[in-house]
Amino acid sequence: MSKTLFDKVWDSHVVRKIEDGPDVFFIDRHFIHEVTSPVAFVGLKSRGINVMYPEKTFATADHNTPTWNQHLPVADPLSANQLEALANNAAEYGISHWGLGHRNNGIVHIVGPENGITLPGATIVCGDSHTSTHGAFGAIAFGIGTSEVEMVLSTQCIMQPKPKKMRINVNGKLGFGVTPKDVALYIISKQTTSGATGYFVEYAGDVFENMSMEGRMTVCNLSIEMGARGGMIAPDEKTFEYIKGRKHAPTGADWDKAMAYWETLYTEEDAEFDVEFNYDAADIEPMITYGTNPGMGMGVTNSIPLAENVEGGVATYKKSLGYMNFNEGDDMIGKTVDYVFLGSCTNGRIEDFRAFCSIVEGKQKAPNITAWLVPGSHKVVDQIKEEGLDKILTEAGFVLREPGCSACLAMNDDKVPAGKLAVSTSNRNFEGRQGPGSRTLLASPLVAAATAVEGVVTDPRTLMKELV
Amino acid sequence: MAKSKNIMAYDKFEVLTSTAYPLPIENVDTDQIIPARFLKATERKGFGDNFFRDWRYDSEGNPIADFPLNDAKYAGAKILVGGKNFGSGSSREHAAWSVYDFGLRCVISSFFADIFRNNCLNIGVLPVQVSAVFAQKLFDAIEADPKTEIKVDLPNQTVTLVSTGESESFDINGYKKGNMLNGFDDIDYLQNMKEEIASFGETRPF
Repeated sequence: MSKTLFDKVWDSHVVRKIEDGPDVFFIDRHFIHEVTSPVAFVGLKSRGINVMYPEKTFATADHNTPTWNQHLPVADPLSANQLEALANNAAEYGISHWGLGHRNNGIVHIVGPENGITLPGATIVCGDSHTSTHGAFGAIAFGIGTSEVEMVLSTQCIMQPKPKKMRINVNGKLGFGVTPKDVALYIISKQTTSGATGYFVEYAGDVFENMSMEGRMTVCNLSIEMGARGGMIAPDEKTFEYIKGRKHAPTGADWDKAMAYWETLYTEEDAEFDVEFNYDAADIEPMITYGTNPGMGMGVTNSIPLAENVEGGVATYKKSLGYMNFNEGDDMIGKTVDYVFLGSCTNGRIEDFRAFCSIVEGKQKAPNITAWLVPGSHKVVDQIKEEGLDKILTEAGFVLREPGCSACLAMNDDKVPAGKLAVSTSNRNFEGRQGPGSRTLLASPLVAAATAVEGVVTDPRTLMKELV
Repeated sequence: MAKSKNIMAYDKFEVLTSTAYPLPIENVDTDQIIPARFLKATERKGFGDNFFRDWRYDSEGNPIADFPLNDAKYAGAKILVGGKNFGSGSSREHAAWSVYDFGLRCVISSFFADIFRNNCLNIGVLPVQVSAVFAQKLFDAIEADPKTEIKVDLPNQTVTLVSTGESESFDINGYKKGNMLNGFDDIDYLQNMKEEIASFGETRPF
């Protein structure tokens, strides 16, 4: 039977099939961070078992690290304790560790691809749901729980049934001011926050073919927000070009061998999916969310839907708008915003900073806006400086912070205060996600930038010159 | 399959008859079940205290009396009946730990998010998926009588509203069912096939 890209990668990693049970599934690459790994190491110790392949696990500190004065000791004792546990566990078991201040440090889903650890056809897991990011390279990548972190450390395997297959095709030409983030938020708004639960998604069509690797990472990153286990895109010349020469990428004969395999990684023409969706690129606008899950999104110029027009429970919908302090029918454009966050594993890469700068260059940050600009890694910081983007930002009244997950989940001090409204390039607008009582509008770096200079929710197209 | 060195990772689950906390809200995400600022422990303990922290307590730390988990009329229940798409979002296993540590052994919903469901099964909380109609029946029965008992029978894979005898069957694969009935987890299974894994590992190109 003809195989999909997903079938090819999944099936080649099954060590054992259990009748009326899950597959024993081999993991090629395992990322760990300070928040979801310590208890797994406690488990290893209490069972007296070792790490089977320490060279296949990579540790980086990101979730609760400060984004200011990283050279000083971490002030929060609980965060410091987790960072120390990660460092000690990595040292004890011989695992590579990019701790705070290390030049390769950064958000796990940004440093993996940057360093050539993420490869096509690989299976990649991490105790973090946005592990789906790595699917941009044609890898099967998804988030796992801490029990599974312990399984991977001790046996390099997890036990999971094979998910069902979904293909999402987006064809056509994206409109002016429409970014990969908007494509993803549009798809999620159609699928809802649970529409792809139980599925692994392949993204196909010319929109993804024409997208940069960083754009593909943004799209795959957000797969979990419609419930999907993960999302992936077939590798192509752009993928191979991105990987070649990176720190951990294969070289010489190994590269040729890898290429021969990678070129087989595509969905065969008559392969079947359990379900398939088609969207038209021309229907996608710059997006914004208005509620408390990522499925509650719409074009930035639209008004908040009336409860009677929404699928699902009215009580849940009203609770959500109540939390946001919004009313049915409200316009989003013009709402006064307090915070702007550029960063996260979704939008913390160089192209996101370029996009942000393209809007704010020659303008000034609005006085009512507190802006947190947090690059995803030290390499992104270096690139920002190399391209002179830091000067553009400084002149426009912005300050660049140090890398980490930051206000995406507000485990460090970057917390949006209760009641305040943030436009955020991150991935979740759940209640309290960016700090207790915080209210989040998810959007692209362009929408974030336009909002940062105008002080209110702004359609970035009004500040852009269309290239003809 | 399971060698004698297997240790119970959690208490066995066979038949549970209990009252239930109702939480008829859809799309409850794991950030609500356990907010990120409570993920800073390096050991698995104390997560029950912060279970639904920001829905249970106001900003001053006072309990919100009418929130079901604080409501005395439901106290002591070992089952939670949640709305559709329960446990979406973050993969944090801390969410499942907080369910267990709060004293619950079973969550019933008409739809679960994948990772949360998996995490529950790995630590001994039984996720029971029922039809939307049956879920509504449970909510209605609990609303009419907070002492309504629900019987979750894992060997027979049925969930029953004790007062009326209305019942529905639920799915669980045979392997996971065996683990739950015995209190075993996957790590023991995997430990027992390490040689097979090692020879597979040698075939991987990178």
